[in-house]
Amino acid sequence: MLDPQGKTVQNALDHTGCQGVAAVHVGKYIEIELAPDTGRAQARQALEQACHRFLSNPIIEDYTIALE
Amino acid sequence: MRFAIIQFPASNCDQDCVHAARVLGHHAECVWHKDTALNNPDAVIIPGGFSYGDYLRCGAIARFSPVMQAVRQFAQDGGLVIGICNGFQILCEAGLLPGALVRNRDLRFHCEQVLLRVGNRNTPFTCQVPPGRLLRIPIAHGEGCYFADAPTLARLDAGGQILWQYCDTNGELTDRANPNGSLLNIAGICNEHRNVAGLMPHPDRACEEILGSTDGRLILDSMVHTIEQARALPRAS
Repeated sequence: MLDPQGKTVQNALDHTGCQGVAAVHVGKYIEIELAPDTGRAQARQALEQACHRFLSNPIIEDYTIALE
Repeated sequence: MRFAIIQFPASNCDQDCVHAARVLGHHAECVWHKDTALNNPDAVIIPGGFSYGDYLRCGAIARFSPVMQAVRQFAQDGGLVIGICNGFQILCEAGLLPGALVRNRDLRFHCEQVLLRVGNRNTPFTCQVPPGRLLRIPIAHGEGCYFADAPTLARLDAGGQILWQYCDTNGELTDRANPNGSLLNIAGICNEHRNVAGLMPHPDRACEEILGSTDGRLILDSMVHTIEQARALPRAS
């Protein structure tokens, strides 16, 4: 789909002389702090649900979850 | 006619809608987003603005407001709901309309008059528009580029759900007439049952000569006409 922000950043990168860029996609980074006693499996399940229902819109966005 | 105008934190066109409804001789009442009942209106307007500061995505948080349960129920019961600008974004996020609104293709906020071609005059939102009449209505948005996948677009097209499209003075759907990059020049759509509609342009700001256009009246008049027709029909027992 059309990503005008990514395209604009890509053009600007070209102007700075940054080589070898084929495409740029601009997105969001959301940091969520979990309560200390939350299990990993439980956390992942809750986050999957939150990402799918609320934090991302599946029509226009993809998401990945990284648990640390 | 009684319009319920939904107010979210940072809605800023609620009073435009109240004013437009009253100019047309109707009653309008604001309903706060924390309310759980609509107080039995004839139709619901979700106004423009920046609900919840457009945080996360436009309309993403408003969708979870308590009042949206009542709006959803009202729509499920066949009530007429129209979302204008941010209201359109909210209806898409809530899943009451298909697709999504994303950043304008030129990344700019557009505040200007546009021309709209009416794609289907056989709906509660367009039935009072004379055949062939183009509507001059203002837009004011940064995220009004309509996006949906190809099957959804085909379904909207086949079902007569594309109600308003950006066009030039000849009624042609040119790229130049498209202010934001919307697919198929879509400015507004309705749901399959044709009782929920959303559009980025502001009919509420085009109801008086002093504002430069009265074409917005045709949309509100269509809703009023539909409701009055339904009232006139004998009720099934």
